[in-house]
Amino acid sequence: MRHSNFRWWPAVFALALAFQACSTVKEYQKNRLNDSEMSLSSRKVEKNELNFQSYREGAAGANGGKTGGGCGCN
Amino acid sequence: MKKICLTVVGMYLMLLHAFAQTTKDTTTFKPRKLKLDEINLVSSYYTQDGNHSSVQGGIGSEKVTDLANGLEVKWVGWDAKERKNTLTAGLGIDYHTAASQAYISKTGASRRTDGMRIYPSLDWTRENEKKGTSFSLGAYYSNEFNYRSLGASAGGTMKNKRNGEWGLKLSAYFDQVKLIFPSEFEPPYSSGGSGRDEEDHPDYGSSPRQTYTASFSYSQIINKRLQASLLLDVVDQHGYLGLPFHRVYFPDGSDAVERLPSTRFKLPVGLRLNYFLGDRVILRSYYRYYMDDWGIRSHTASLEVPVKITPFFSVSPFYRYYTQTAADYFAPYAQHGKTDTYYSSNYALSSFSSNFFGAGIRLSPPKGLFSTHLSSLELRYGHYTQTTDLVSDVISLHLQFK
Repeated sequence: MRHSNFRWWPAVFALALAFQACSTVKEYQKNRLNDSEMSLSSRKVEKNELNFQSYREGAAGANGGKTGGGCGCN
Repeated sequence: MKKICLTVVGMYLMLLHAFAQTTKDTTTFKPRKLKLDEINLVSSYYTQDGNHSSVQGGIGSEKVTDLANGLEVKWVGWDAKERKNTLTAGLGIDYHTAASQAYISKTGASRRTDGMRIYPSLDWTRENEKKGTSFSLGAYYSNEFNYRSLGASAGGTMKNKRNGEWGLKLSAYFDQVKLIFPSEFEPPYSSGGSGRDEEDHPDYGSSPRQTYTASFSYSQIINKRLQASLLLDVVDQHGYLGLPFHRVYFPDGSDAVERLPSTRFKLPVGLRLNYFLGDRVILRSYYRYYMDDWGIRSHTASLEVPVKITPFFSVSPFYRYYTQTAADYFAPYAQHGKTDTYYSSNYALSSFSSNFFGAGIRLSPPKGLFSTHLSSLELRYGHYTQTTDLVSDVISLHLQFK
């Protein structure tokens, strides 16, 4: 693996740390955040789409779907 | 015909009446056994066409249709320590047809041009709402004509005091790839029938494939309208990582079975950002960077914009862009050298970009559709095109019963 591709890792960690500095939101203020379409996971209706994309493309993973294995696909 | 219709109506009515109303006792806590909580049905119809079939070494029809169906049943209960237990049983049944399968035979005479995959799953999660932690275990199985898989997973999540949540999931798949080679590489055999068709083959060999994945996640509420999550998968694969019926042609016209390394290391990193704009519009964005040690580097970016026409009816147009570089071992038809160590003409490993766009609708009235247990219905259509000339369409339906 080429080492130059690791240059973006500090940005990822900085982003993760930045999340730690966010404002506190109380439970009664979460009405918009709790909307089902604000969910941070893929919709169930997208499940098969994610599979088809992983079969036809070289990349997979980091989306709650397949990362490899489990089926007769690369 | 009348009996079939009455049977289908009867089964639907049974499904609607399968739920018992439950209310949590808020005075004195009593443990509750697992009770049926939710049923999800997801069905998709997929159709594609292209002209870079891997079975024919990077040329030929890639026409495929696939009907994928998934049923998920969820039971929820509480134990004496007030921990929520969730048991989810899943069953997937996919049926596909593929024009290229006929060319596993050199002459295109293979009788099998379709296949079925069955994949059950079982997941159990124990959640401690007071501590903000959860623990989960999963078991998976998949079987199709040329492939068998056994998988397991274990994971956990932990919330912090600043509306953030850490997650870790470890999973492993132990697969067997049935070695169905192109006909010109199979010795003649006879057990009835034509004698050279995979249906008549007395006994295929198999080769193992293992996939180990560590999935890390962190989600964070940023403010009253914005939340985000970071996802990282570390994936390590070993074993037979190609497919035995994929051909590669050389400039002199001879061919061979594709040959790929027996190890692969993948590292995708994803970021989701969801924002509630105004009172009716949500912005769901996603970006992923992917790299592996086969030389593929890719970017994925997507945006979906659900618009709430009413609080219970929304329309969601979406767009996804994807681009990747080629794997080190890819070359088009008849461009590999015979002395290459590894070679493949599978266009999923080539350099290309793709666009995927469409829209979905979602209905979720509070008392259920038509005042039944059908709590939500989603219908979604997408059109996909690659710069390799692969084109596909997919339509999906999700029904949720509570």
